[in-house]
Amino acid sequence: MSAVQSFFAMGGYASYVWPAYAVFFIVLIADSIAPRLRRRRELRELRARLARQSARAAGNTGSSFPTPPTT
Amino acid sequence: MSNWIPLWLHKLSSPPTFYRFAGALRPWALALAVVFGAIGLYGGLVLAPADYQQGDAYRIIFIHVPSAWMSMFIYAVMGVSAFVALVWRIKLAEVVAMQSAPIGAAFTFITLVTGSLWGKPMWGTWWTWDARLTSELVLLFLYLGVIGLYQAFEDRRQGARAASFLAIIGIINVPIVHFSVNWWNTLHQGSTVNIFGHSKMSWDMLWPLLAMTLATKFYYAASLFLRAQTDLLSMESGKDWVRKIAASESDR
Repeated sequence: MSAVQSFFAMGGYASYVWPAYAVFFIVLIADSIAPRLRRRRELRELRARLARQSARAAGNTGSSFPTPPTT
Repeated sequence: MSNWIPLWLHKLSSPPTFYRFAGALRPWALALAVVFGAIGLYGGLVLAPADYQQGDAYRIIFIHVPSAWMSMFIYAVMGVSAFVALVWRIKLAEVVAMQSAPIGAAFTFITLVTGSLWGKPMWGTWWTWDARLTSELVLLFLYLGVIGLYQAFEDRRQGARAASFLAIIGIINVPIVHFSVNWWNTLHQGSTVNIFGHSKMSWDMLWPLLAMTLATKFYYAASLFLRAQTDLLSMESGKDWVRKIAASESDR
């Protein structure tokens, strides 16, 4: 058995060691992606709100419908 | 506000200042986490010898033990900032406490799952209701309780106060987790690593473990900074400094 093969075999415990490491990385990657998605969503909503406000301030009062977000 | 708190701390706790501070430190914390993680994983999975009793199965220790330490460390940080938030009503302390909870829950979950995967080949069972395992599970429920209580309120500052209260009560569980292996008979092994005394572990196995410990600490810092930044943006979304950030990132 080559060195690489024996590394992946983990002395027969591969089915315990590798899933443990997989869980570690999957959970932490999910943890780091979640705030990035939230940040993007918050900023998008804020920009939409600011666009609506500036449209209203510009005298766009003829229609009672809200202006669609520009983004 | 008490006047014994230094001025720089006052300044740092103002949301726009902390936003910039966190943004400046976050890349460094993440880079250190990746570097120490790579060193620790190489040392733990490749260089460290197999254990004479457990063979290669013991290599789960390099993620299990650092995650377990983080589950308690983050709870302590959350408890202390919850206390500061309740006593001095500092907005930033609320943010740190509430944004620590999901990261702590993640590490607690990792601890339980990796421990289960280690327990099956070594103890012959995925789970047993002994003191260490049960108190760690209670820790996960405390984290989930804090997150749930925080989300349950319409007004986020009211929610943060209620959840901070739960976080402070729950801190009693942290020493229980730590000392459970000494106080009760348990299947779980006692502590092998001792900060102040002699560690019952060979250096070849100890240094990768310490490298992984540093990696998880820096990862927590990086994740907390990003979460706190995001939370401050949403909390202060009417303020001028947030508008500027929203405008400057509109091209993305």
